[in-house]
Amino acid sequence: MIPSREEMKQALTIRYGIKLPEKMAATRVAICGLGGLGSNIAIALARAGIGGLHLIDFDKVDLSNLNRQQYSVHQLGQYKTEALCESLKHIAPYCEVKIDTLCITKEHIPNLFKEETIICEAFDQPEAKAMLVEGVLETFPEKYLIAASGMAGIGSANSIQTKKISKHFYLCGDGVSDVSTGIGLLSSRVMVCAAHQANMVIRLIAGEIEP
Amino acid sequence: MVKINGQLLEVEGLTIAQYLESTSYKINHIAIERNGEIVPKGLYNQTILKADDVIEVVSFVGGG
Repeated sequence: MIPSREEMKQALTIRYGIKLPEKMAATRVAICGLGGLGSNIAIALARAGIGGLHLIDFDKVDLSNLNRQQYSVHQLGQYKTEALCESLKHIAPYCEVKIDTLCITKEHIPNLFKEETIICEAFDQPEAKAMLVEGVLETFPEKYLIAASGMAGIGSANSIQTKKISKHFYLCGDGVSDVSTGIGLLSSRVMVCAAHQANMVIRLIAGEIEP
Repeated sequence: MVKINGQLLEVEGLTIAQYLESTSYKINHIAIERNGEIVPKGLYNQTILKADDVIEVVSFVGGG
């Protein structure tokens, strides 16, 4: 039996009061890339009562993703957008999830983020990260952008931070731990970074602009 | 002096492209803000660093 929308809302209001859940419910966040960062950001925000998520990724769930990404074996071969959308329905049935199964290029940016005020960069490749950050900050300087760089390996979780680079641009991560050196990405440390991004989203929604 | 990632450097008069040539940054892994505004890569060649400019070079590593 799925709880009613009112019951779900009430469960959040009991914990967080009236204001924050109302602000959360009125916000839609775009998540670019649904790997270790994006899938964890989406679930954290859905649990916190976000009103809508715009999930964007071109890829399918692969066995090599299961070490850190929030997918299950029964979802292998599915598009990540569709698989994550399905999982979110079980967690937050009234969260409005919009999906775009595409590989974001610079040309997509002006039309892709018209409805969101907060955008999370959660790509894997440094070229894609730089392209998205440059494109979003150029096209939508009024929107908030929360990007990530440096979360590979088993270095101290305490070295992962949220930094405010400029008025609307935040960067999470340790800045240096590259996936191409060392042992690659592990669920725990990627989750720390994703949690930083999700936490900054919630702080912005609550009106807190400091990292 | 120009402040780049918090460090004061004597690079005024250089273009962003010229400054980057003296560094190890990979151009397609970075995004640059000048006084809080993004500088698109197409403008690196013609953007001249001025005294008191505040530059942030954000360099991305892989993983996500």
